[in-house]
Amino acid sequence: MQRILFIIRKEFLQIFRNRFMVPIIFVVPLVQLIILVNAATLEMKNIRITIVDNDNSSLSRGLSDHIVHSPFFIHVPQKGNNLNQVMRSMEKDKTDVILIFPDRFSRTLHQNRPADLQLLINAINGMKAGITSSYIAQIVRNYLASAVNELAGSSSAQPGIRVQQISASPLYWYNPELNYKIFMVPAILVILVTLTGALLAGLNLVREKEMGTIEQINVTPIGKFEFLAGKLIPFLIIALAELAFGLAMGKILFHIPILGSLLLLVGVVVVYLILVQSFSLLISTVSNTQQQAMFLIFFFMLIFIMTSGIFTPVESMPELAQKLDWLNPVFYLMKMIRMILLKGSILRDILPYLIPMSFYAAVMFLIAVRAYRKTA
Amino acid sequence: MKAFIGFVRKEFYHIVRDYRTLLVLFGMPVAQMLIFGFVISTEIRNVNIAIYDQSNDVYTRQITDRLISSGYFRLYQRIRSPEQIRQAFRSGKVKEVVVYEPDFAGKLLRNGLANVQIIADASDANQAHMMVGYTSEILFSCMAAWNKNAPLPATIQVKPRMLYNENLSSAYMFVPGTMAMILMLICTLMTSISIVREKETGSMEVLLASPLRPFQIIGGKVVPYIILSLVNAISVIFLGVFVFGVPVHGSLLLLLFECLLYISLALSIGIFISTVTSSQQLALFLSMLILMLPTILLSGFIFPVESMPAILQWICHLMPPKYFITILKDIMLKGTGIDTVWLETLVLLGMTVLFFAISIRRFQIRLHQ
Repeated sequence: MQRILFIIRKEFLQIFRNRFMVPIIFVVPLVQLIILVNAATLEMKNIRITIVDNDNSSLSRGLSDHIVHSPFFIHVPQKGNNLNQVMRSMEKDKTDVILIFPDRFSRTLHQNRPADLQLLINAINGMKAGITSSYIAQIVRNYLASAVNELAGSSSAQPGIRVQQISASPLYWYNPELNYKIFMVPAILVILVTLTGALLAGLNLVREKEMGTIEQINVTPIGKFEFLAGKLIPFLIIALAELAFGLAMGKILFHIPILGSLLLLVGVVVVYLILVQSFSLLISTVSNTQQQAMFLIFFFMLIFIMTSGIFTPVESMPELAQKLDWLNPVFYLMKMIRMILLKGSILRDILPYLIPMSFYAAVMFLIAVRAYRKTA
Repeated sequence: MKAFIGFVRKEFYHIVRDYRTLLVLFGMPVAQMLIFGFVISTEIRNVNIAIYDQSNDVYTRQITDRLISSGYFRLYQRIRSPEQIRQAFRSGKVKEVVVYEPDFAGKLLRNGLANVQIIADASDANQAHMMVGYTSEILFSCMAAWNKNAPLPATIQVKPRMLYNENLSSAYMFVPGTMAMILMLICTLMTSISIVREKETGSMEVLLASPLRPFQIIGGKVVPYIILSLVNAISVIFLGVFVFGVPVHGSLLLLLFECLLYISLALSIGIFISTVTSSQQLALFLSMLILMLPTILLSGFIFPVESMPAILQWICHLMPPKYFITILKDIMLKGTGIDTVWLETLVLLGMTVLFFAISIRRFQIRLHQ
């Protein structure tokens, strides 16, 4: 036990002696949190729209106003008169959407027939295009409901037949303003904790190998379990400090809700860190240089992070990929940290994820310890 | 010239010997494209929902059937009491709860109006927005089916046409993005590390004392990576075209020219980093922080630039990948020529010249002064 403490002390001395280390551990995450959370937003705002109004009636102008004044769109005035010139501005990437009112738009509506509204969307970003189209459909639906009175005067609908209507009222729980940042802050925390906990710990071990100092440790009476524990614990502590730091920053800067128990969160993160640290330990055991270890860890982390549900729902992935996700360490924490922070889940709620992750961590740790050789 | 070829050969041996890194370099773009293409998607599919049916009549059962058979939703549980709603959300299994009011059919028949409440787990705001949209659409289609005889008052049919990408395939985003990322990774990161390693291990001194001229040393370092990255770029285009069906509408020659331009820019940045750093770790860190993260995040590759705060948008304009991705999309997807992308091309050219000029000024023949 005392030997572990010595190793831990040595590691801490070494980490903080390097003058790049302190900024890397505390300043970089802060910058990342601020930049990443603001950059990593799938919230669609400032969509540029050009409206071609061939009808120019009070109805088409009213609808145009509603669209232009909604928070999602920025109006780009039409340049030139014919459609070709407008299309050219789309080609030059001056506008994202072109909305065309046909010339008989309001007349068709007053005759109580369905009127068409043509929408041309730059769909290179498929998701943005889909959301744009659904925004417009929504605005049109609302506008129609409010313009019903104007239309009713000329409408030929017979009052005798009763229409059966459903009124659907949506409720957005846990995030009534649909603020995307609340969703991203916990995810960025996961990435930060993973990078410090796993990447730095892995690189640290390889450096001893690359510099040759590992042989000096190998000839000491320290057992390999003690050595590995001593190597991992400092980074575990640093990663936890970073989690606390990041949470505080998230609370202050982005006002994220913390509904669940922080103690539970810390417990979950400790188990998670043991898992990813064992993983990077395994990688550093098979690598000879820091460059190799770095590339391998980067490769796996990229795959793990992308398939963890960080910004796309896990349920949308193919069945097989969803099953394979049970081997993805990041998936567990991504799921649990959001449940605990945003929804206030308690231990019983997260057990279906916590138990497999603990088991996984234990297995990985044993494999990593076995794979490590004290001989050169 | 012979000495130069010999030096290039030495560099090739260095690269090929480290087969793990090589594997990652070629495996990374492939894995990334496969994941983007086949695994992750933002579509709503098979989302678990719960139904709280306080009425349980013909109408509500019909709505529920339509919801479940739509392919968007999957019935995970039936809820019996309001407290269970919170529990269902907290367990993380259910993303939406649909609540029918008591006596739904009665109210529908008597008053012509019945209420449905859609409760969405909005911790993922986008997913919640889309789920509610689909649910309302399905409710609307039920309503249309019940009111066949009394057509609803005036309707507007929005007819969207998706230009350049009719199937809304995500490949149109990730193929250019992956290309920008992998070229940056190889050219900048690998070049800077391999030059700095010579410094760190002391072999740079040997090279400088050799009859090779400094620009030959740098050139010899760079040539293998140009070849590597061209192979990578072409394989990414190949995968994109043949596996994901991304078109190349514009001129292929222009496309390759732009790739070469971007590669030289990335190399010049790599050489620049190697002249300002002295350890591999620092070079790694600089490349990683200054280039990789912005390439992924601030280039409009995954996250749309126009949604970001103004300051970040400004930073985005300083990022080379942004211009390269714009060029790639214009040439490949819109089929435009140099007349549309000349500005972006000039920006890339200017950056390349700038970084080369700084690096040449900073490159020192003496190790210590």
